[in-house]
Amino acid sequence: MGNDARSANTTEPVVDYRAIQQSPEFQTLRRTHRNFVFPVIGACLLWYIAYVLLAGYAHDFMSTPVFGSVNVAILLGLAQVVTTFAVTTWYVRFANSRLDPLAEEIRDSIELDAAAASDAEVNR
Amino acid sequence: MRPFEAATASPGDPWLNIAIFGAFVAITMIIVFRASRNNKTASDYYAAGRSFTGGQNGSAIAGDYLSAASFLGIVGAIAVTGYDGFLYSIGFLVAWLVALLLVAELLRNTGRFTMADVLSFRLSQRPVRIAAATTTLVVCFFYLLAQMAGAGGLVSLLLGIGDEVGQALVITVVGALMILYVLIGGMKGTTWVQIIKAGLLIAGAAVMTVWVLAVNGFNLSTLLDNAVATAGNPAILDPGLKYGVSEIAKLDFLSLGLALVLGTAALPHVLMRFYTVPTAKEARKSVVWAIWLIGIFYVFTLVLGYGAAALIGPETIAAAPGGANSAAPLLAFELGGPVLLGLIAAIAFATILAVVAGLTITAAASFAHDIYASVVKKGKPEAGAEVKVARRTVVVIGVIAIIGGIGANGQNVAFLVALAFAVAASANLPTIVYSLFWRRFTTRGALWSMYGGLVSAILLIALSPVVSGTPTSMLPGADFDIVPLSNPGIISIPLAFLLGWLGTVLDTRREDPAKQSEMEVRSLTGVGAEKATSH
Repeated sequence: MGNDARSANTTEPVVDYRAIQQSPEFQTLRRTHRNFVFPVIGACLLWYIAYVLLAGYAHDFMSTPVFGSVNVAILLGLAQVVTTFAVTTWYVRFANSRLDPLAEEIRDSIELDAAAASDAEVNR
Repeated sequence: MRPFEAATASPGDPWLNIAIFGAFVAITMIIVFRASRNNKTASDYYAAGRSFTGGQNGSAIAGDYLSAASFLGIVGAIAVTGYDGFLYSIGFLVAWLVALLLVAELLRNTGRFTMADVLSFRLSQRPVRIAAATTTLVVCFFYLLAQMAGAGGLVSLLLGIGDEVGQALVITVVGALMILYVLIGGMKGTTWVQIIKAGLLIAGAAVMTVWVLAVNGFNLSTLLDNAVATAGNPAILDPGLKYGVSEIAKLDFLSLGLALVLGTAALPHVLMRFYTVPTAKEARKSVVWAIWLIGIFYVFTLVLGYGAAALIGPETIAAAPGGANSAAPLLAFELGGPVLLGLIAAIAFATILAVVAGLTITAAASFAHDIYASVVKKGKPEAGAEVKVARRTVVVIGVIAIIGGIGANGQNVAFLVALAFAVAASANLPTIVYSLFWRRFTTRGALWSMYGGLVSAILLIALSPVVSGTPTSMLPGADFDIVPLSNPGIISIPLAFLLGWLGTVLDTRREDPAKQSEMEVRSLTGVGAEKATSH
């Protein structure tokens, strides 16, 4: 449960998520994330569907031998594996270098604020 | 092709097979006992205290995902129906990009134990949780049935046990072992079984792949030539042998492709694995590990499938006890005699054991956490009661799995698993995507999408040739196959997306915007995510 996760942790001070959501830092993170994942997953799914359609409806093209008995179908299948590996590596690099620093900054500032708030609570 | 009717002679030495499998059970049992000493809280039992590393979890995901369907089913499908079998491999692999890019990290950041945690985060708790738990249980049941169906064929092939009573006894033993693992080990024990199994499976497949290539002069083209020569059919290298026979078959194939690629990121037992790591970054690492291991394994299946076609021949495989599912074990026997067959057989049993264990703990967690603790006890169960309920559920599900396994027939297990993927992609994926990415999404949209996707997928399967109307149907005598498609995905997945949108647009109630803000901030930053418990 979302709120269950919170209630399990009753000492957690209330965070104003709405303000954070509207902050420019968070909007940058959200935009950076979406601008990467949506086009990339879209392209990957299109590439996959194209492959499935070719296998379903373009038998002659797929059966064309390329070298020896290895035909277009087998090479395109292996190409799907290669692109999957490539996109994985690309995303991990992107996430490590672009998403993680942004996310960390926001997380740290929230946790710092929260710690300050609970200190104030104690000192009162 | 039904195992019960087929000849029963095992090509190997049944006692050797049993001895090797026994050694696997003994070793894993010791590890499970050692790993499960501190299984006290729900977080320990369901999520292994969130203490696994990305590499460990990635291997466990591979162990969870590379089921008997992948190993026996796909190798068999390639050996018998040629290239069309390889399409399963591609779909099963590309699907991981959806999990990596859209789901894994965001889910880890917002949930605790189950898929329902995430889906009900910002919607009405009770109805959404009940719906999500229902789809979880149904998908797990379909997947369980597929795994246990593989067990029946395997038993007749490997242990030379032909009579129904003997096979039922072996399936019962496998099921009982699984219950023991999950009861004692919880998620931690299950994870270790999956890690060990993934290592054995990938190593075993690698050895056989190199061996097959060596026999064929390390030349893929020679291997393909030999496969064509033995099969006496050059069409096994081309797509369309199984799915090219008619326009309906082609559409069926597209439907299957959609279900495979969209189902993975919606499988509850895969999603639950992301909770066993301490952070979203480790969840990301897990998926990367899983993608590499799974991708390499599926390339092996191509070689093994055509290797089985070349060295044994599709007709011999189809006529063997267990049908197409026997291709990999027969290939092992052809290459390395009884010892390699024994090893591969033990790995295949271990595969079924590990996957069934993962499914069982997922279903039990969903029942105990979502239905019992959150709905029945309104989020306030007595201390320890939730884990107690989970353990009892494990036994119930284990018994259901045993009965299902005994009753299941010799259908190709890859095909049965594909149906589970179709149900997952229809019932779960739209709601997962909408609740993570669409601010306006409401409870009504979630309910319409989940129930609509679930009911339409199951109804379409029930009215398809899979269930009735053809000699290979589950009920060959009956005849109510109104829908010609064997896989419902192409209708039920878009329908579920549409229903989610429609339900939301027509919903007069708005959800709490504060919850939406919290979910979005938490999902992307990891603020307030569940931490690892230290022991």
